Amino acid sequence: MLGHITRRVAATIPVMLFVAFFIFSLLYMAPGDPAAIIAGDQASPSDIAHIRASLGLDRPFVVRFADWLWQVLHGNLGDSIFTNLPVAHMIAQRIEPTLSLMVLTTLISVLIAVPLGVVAAWKQGSFIDRAVMVLAVLGFSVPVFVIGYVLAYIFALKLGWLPVQGFVPISGGVWPFLRTLILPSAALGLIYVALIARITRATMLEVLSQDYVRTARAKGVGSREVLFVHALKNAAVPIVTVIGNGVALLIGGAVVTETVFAIPGLGRLTVDAILRRDYPVIQGVVLLFSVTYVLVNLLVDLLYTLFDPRIRY
Amino acid sequence: MKRRDFLRSGAGVALAASGGLAVPHVARGAENRVLRFIPQANLANLDPIWTTLYVVRNASVLFFDTLYGVDSSFNPQPQMCEGHTVSSDGLTYDFKLRPGLKWHDKEPVLSKDCVASLTRWMVRDNMGQMIKTRLAEIAPIDDRSFRIRLNQPFPKLVYALGKLGTPIAFMMPERMAKTDPFKPITEYVGSGPFKFRKDEWIPGASAVFERFDGYIPRQEAPSWLSGGKVVHFDRVEWKIIPDAATASAALQNGEVDWWETASADLAPILKANASLNVDIADPLGNIGDFRMNHLFPPFNDQRVRLAALIGANQADYLQAITGTDTNLWKQSASFLTPGTPLYTEFGGDNLKRHDIAAARKLIEEAGHKGTKVNMIVGTDVPIAKAQGDVTADMLTKIGLVVDYVNTDWGTVGARRTQKKPVADGGWNIFFTWHAGVDCTTPGANPAFFANGDKAWFGWPTSAPVQDTIDAWFDAPDLAAEQKVARDFNKASMDFVTFVPTGFFKGYQSWRKSLSGVVAAPFPVVWGVEKKACSRDPSP
Repeated sequence: MLGHITRRVAATIPVMLFVAFFIFSLLYMAPGDPAAIIAGDQASPSDIAHIRASLGLDRPFVVRFADWLWQVLHGNLGDSIFTNLPVAHMIAQRIEPTLSLMVLTTLISVLIAVPLGVVAAWKQGSFIDRAVMVLAVLGFSVPVFVIGYVLAYIFALKLGWLPVQGFVPISGGVWPFLRTLILPSAALGLIYVALIARITRATMLEVLSQDYVRTARAKGVGSREVLFVHALKNAAVPIVTVIGNGVALLIGGAVVTETVFAIPGLGRLTVDAILRRDYPVIQGVVLLFSVTYVLVNLLVDLLYTLFDPRIRY
Repeated sequence: MKRRDFLRSGAGVALAASGGLAVPHVARGAENRVLRFIPQANLANLDPIWTTLYVVRNASVLFFDTLYGVDSSFNPQPQMCEGHTVSSDGLTYDFKLRPGLKWHDKEPVLSKDCVASLTRWMVRDNMGQMIKTRLAEIAPIDDRSFRIRLNQPFPKLVYALGKLGTPIAFMMPERMAKTDPFKPITEYVGSGPFKFRKDEWIPGASAVFERFDGYIPRQEAPSWLSGGKVVHFDRVEWKIIPDAATASAALQNGEVDWWETASADLAPILKANASLNVDIADPLGNIGDFRMNHLFPPFNDQRVRLAALIGANQADYLQAITGTDTNLWKQSASFLTPGTPLYTEFGGDNLKRHDIAAARKLIEEAGHKGTKVNMIVGTDVPIAKAQGDVTADMLTKIGLVVDYVNTDWGTVGARRTQKKPVADGGWNIFFTWHAGVDCTTPGANPAFFANGDKAWFGWPTSAPVQDTIDAWFDAPDLAAEQKVARDFNKASMDFVTFVPTGFFKGYQSWRKSLSGVVAAPFPVVWGVEKKACSRDPSP
């Protein structure tokens, strides 16, 4: 197992190098000029050229990439072109809101979606099953920002229970922290609930038709035990896979959710950086997202062994 | 543990977790000393010389100060300066600083700081550059006095030191002001009424300004950048909320006090809310700019540019930009800002015609019927997109073929710098707008210039236009300036430096708990006070 983990972690290095090169190339080829944005509308073309030169943006691609990679290999993600702050500092400022949002969303989604999927499979064709499917279709069809606006309108503007925007770190108190995250998590979580509930239902339907389930029932095992001990454990591998893959969905959704609820997270940092062509920030954040995604997938692979003893690394 | 002890400890934990009891009245009093403000854009930098973005100017006004400040009558008034003297030949200006001025690090403001600040500013500002071309010497006389000696009179010198358009001549300590003007400063020490809290700055999310106890306001009544900057807040918190619907909801919910750029779409909702005020933000508004590349066909031909000017209907543009609310726009056959001393529509008759048939005839005469024109439109910026859509329709009607390049503002910003033909990555048309504060005089805006390679994007060349701009710099009094402004407007309309698409303004909205909010070219925080809140403003 340890050897497998080591090999997998080592395998991320070429992946990260490829991601780094790909992102750098993409940004190099993309139109746009941070110097023009910095200079503003009042600046003359020669001012823009001066700023471009001072930022080193007029250097050849290879030189810029090598310079950046060298810094990254030394643990330095560089400085933002605009704020002049270290990229690592900017990421550190933003990581708590995004991490909190993603963890809370995952937690709530799994706690809601898995039981819903199990019950829907158990009561296939019933009202509950249809309701879960309607919820799933709704989750897939309605954009996150629409759900966000509707929730904010009802629970913040009309009822006054929760704030419209912002984020309070957990050091500011658990309830103030949760208050700012309930609506964003609910908005972001709906699509995740839909995804997990559908997969859980489909996998459970397949498992429930297996011979060993029939045997268990014939032996007089109760429904709850059949569902949650025998069936769910055997259905867990695809469910855990979807939860892991869904992290990419959450990262994408966080960009929109953080904008709608004005949460100072990594999603907004990414969008701002892209709009301003703040290359070091974009590269730093994308690298972080890539590492996160690779590590989550590694974690999912390791979890397989917990649910299915036949899987060995 | 007994049941009651358990419950008691549980209640304690719950209380701690909830962040404590309801905020007591003392804390609510402190709440009135905090202003929560949604600015027009993200504050990604705080060097008002390095970048000319207006959001940076607006933040800088809080923590930097100026030697002079232009008031609402467009006259420069002493601010950090006690006053100045001018020699009879108009070549030597001696400035004296007010006593007791301090930087936020408690060091005294010295004349050498001001000399270094002006030297840096002169590199980047077009009026500063004009001073630089006439500069014989700038040097301290003593700790509180410095001298500017010119080799040619420059009547606009004091106005330039107090002007509102970017970049403003903000004063910084010498060590900061010695930074290369094309590189950003790395510390933020000013002498204005607020200190910038760098430790609380989250670019893209929030910025905090804290009251500076060492600031000594002037005794005069405040008026825009001049007068007594008496502040009634211990903290001004900028909350960056890019989404208009969220900003509107936050304001209605009492989570913020003031929204600088209340969207016209949402204004009816805000106006219907009894807790809110909605009014014009900046009386100087903005002027739309349909900008053509003078270097390449077809717009290197004055007849084609004139056809675009004649075909343009400002009402179409203005409704596309702001909607049907006529409080927000005005047709204006001028390059200058309506309501300001130099405003004139002299020479603007062609812009009032919006005669498609005449424009089509001009295009045919110029031999450009069916010529393809490339329009780069930053569709992520609503004002640019609105102008692009209206222009595409108009150009098609007058006989040109439009290649509408749908892109983002960042790309427009880069591509418009290209002097190449369209086939090699150049452009024919892009759209922008200019703050009215930059259009109050012919010399204030580089976009007016027609000095070829040195001119703004599009690189127009016209001696008659440039001569009127140069003449403004030397105009000795208001009457002379007004005459020059008329000549400038006519020359620019005849030459068609660009097509002004009309004058438009925007709303600001603030909670009624605030008093003292005024309409100005930037959010004026001094003089604003806050009464008790009616709703919990958390988070």
